[in-house]
Amino acid sequence: MALLKYESQVRPPLVEGTKDYHQVTEDICRPVEGNPSRLWWIGFLTSVVFLLFGVVSVTREVWFGVGQWNLHKTVGWGWDITNFVWWVGIGHAGTLISAILLLFRQGWRTGVNRAAEAMTIFAVMCAGQFPIWHMGRVWDAFFVLPYPNTRGPLWVNFNSPLLWDVFAISTYFTVSLLFWYSGLIPDLATLRDRARVKWRKFFYGVASFGWTGSTKHWQRHEALSLVLAGLATPLVLSVHTIVSFDFATSVIPGWHTTIFPPYFVAGAIFSGFAMVQTLLLVTRKVLHLEEYITMEHIEVMNKVIVLTGSIVGIAYLTELFIAWYSHVNYEWFAFRYNRVDLSSPYGWAYYLMMGCNVLSPQIFWFRKLRRNLWVTFFMSIIVNIGMWFERFVIIVTSIYRDYLPSSWATYYSPTIWEVGFYLGTFGLFFTCYFLFSKFMPVIAIAEIKHILKKSGESYKEKMDFVEEEPVEEFAEEALHH
Amino acid sequence: MAIKKFVVGAFDDEAVLFPAVKQVRKSGYKIHDVYTPMPIHGLDEAMGLRDTSLHTAGFFYGLAGTCTALGFITWALTYDWPLNFGGKPFFALPAWIPITFELTVLFSAVGMVLTFCYLCQIAPFVKKDHFHLRATDDLFVMVIECTEKTNENEVSQFLTDLGAKEVSTQMKETRWWIGTYDNDRKPFQTRQVEAVS
Repeated sequence: MALLKYESQVRPPLVEGTKDYHQVTEDICRPVEGNPSRLWWIGFLTSVVFLLFGVVSVTREVWFGVGQWNLHKTVGWGWDITNFVWWVGIGHAGTLISAILLLFRQGWRTGVNRAAEAMTIFAVMCAGQFPIWHMGRVWDAFFVLPYPNTRGPLWVNFNSPLLWDVFAISTYFTVSLLFWYSGLIPDLATLRDRARVKWRKFFYGVASFGWTGSTKHWQRHEALSLVLAGLATPLVLSVHTIVSFDFATSVIPGWHTTIFPPYFVAGAIFSGFAMVQTLLLVTRKVLHLEEYITMEHIEVMNKVIVLTGSIVGIAYLTELFIAWYSHVNYEWFAFRYNRVDLSSPYGWAYYLMMGCNVLSPQIFWFRKLRRNLWVTFFMSIIVNIGMWFERFVIIVTSIYRDYLPSSWATYYSPTIWEVGFYLGTFGLFFTCYFLFSKFMPVIAIAEIKHILKKSGESYKEKMDFVEEEPVEEFAEEALHH
Repeated sequence: MAIKKFVVGAFDDEAVLFPAVKQVRKSGYKIHDVYTPMPIHGLDEAMGLRDTSLHTAGFFYGLAGTCTALGFITWALTYDWPLNFGGKPFFALPAWIPITFELTVLFSAVGMVLTFCYLCQIAPFVKKDHFHLRATDDLFVMVIECTEKTNENEVSQFLTDLGAKEVSTQMKETRWWIGTYDNDRKPFQTRQVEAVS
């Protein structure tokens, strides 16, 4: 048994300090069971204020119409769709961590997957707001669903990428939610069984679905997680692919590109990991979880950031090259005069995007910088600013100078209500995250216990002797176990 | 089902639990269940549980999703209300792949989670009797069902010898009922009566 659990000493421990199962429970449940700190209240109330500002902005937009925004005939998609794509992109890291890394058997995912999945769900909730309120007559939003109606019935256009998006985003949200919650059930049962106060017993009792921890249930739970991971892996790739189809299937220069699906998916993982870093660096500090979300976790995620950032960089250069190489006048015009030209109205945005997404993550080739918390935190914000500008560049610089030069004069900049809507989704996102971090365990307790004896620091130390053993002897022993 | 009598042994190390499970089975006792705070690979096999067929169910739910999506879109766009988009064929299969894929995943995921909840008999407001509160914390709780022939003391001693840290005999309801953990509303009137008899 012991030998099969053995993990090489070369791999740093994923759980630091001397811990047993009970200590793990204690450490992770403590923030949930204690009173919220002053810092929590400040953060939570600030988020609520932002959320309320968003509500006011959206209310104005519904009351007065989309004219509250600075969109016009030429730039019909502006901040709103930029924010949509940005949030959806952020919403990719959680499922990537929990699903793809589960299939690849990456043990380090256990420390960060719960919070990352929660982040995914909240980010997709924020993303969904934008297309819905952009409809203007939001009370007719249900028209996007294929339901039997008195207009024929006239069905929705199943050939349209915008409808694919409806299905992709709603499926993604549902599956992520199921994946997240089915993983939470055992941990909520742990909280329930530790509860001393009446409302806690009630709340966690209802939320944990009467989970007992029976072996048969665990067996099914494992099967469920594995298959959901298998389903979520192509799903997560399909979602941003379909979002990119919104652009790629149109005939707008700058959008009409076959490279978009992989390019968007890489960008989504890139920005998603950056957001995970932002949140977890704060979470581990505030909730004292440094022994579970270790420097190793942060370093590994920084490696993913430099990898995906470089993929995104290659994609930028490829599309630029192909625009020139294709000899399509319109395509080349969009790139040469609307983007690369620094003196053009939005040239600054293109270079901001390049600097933030392609150049700056390259510092993570250095181990010292990957393991520096301040650098990581700073970079995680820079990356998300860069990724926001990527979407802004793609959307606005492709359409603000369209085929008709007489429409060119207008420079698009957002109104306060467009900005307010964006800030409001930040409010929604962080309000949800603060509530989550207060009422739910931010680390998957059962999954940490599962890897504890293999990757926990104190247990690894005890296995030191195996490293000394000659390989033949080890193999001999392993075979006979 | 109703109230039954169980001998409950709590272990604090899975390395002790595994041989214990084997020994208990070898001695012919019936293991009602083992409750653990996290999944333990191989325990189901050691207990002689058969593999779950939840995956197979997931496959068929997925298939149902594929058929629903393709069937419905085909019917709507070729038969019920064909629309001419720039002279393209009504049966535009490539354009339907994304939605077909999404519905396959959606049906499979939702179906599997519901099946999982049904098989495990878990849902909001469902309450079940627990043998040990620390089974969701740090103890591995082996529960052996008593029959008329079982000598409890003998089983208790046996479990202690196998390395159990705590051993007790408990009367427990084996089924779920509607209730919450703050307030035990007993739905089965017979609960106490049976327990006494």
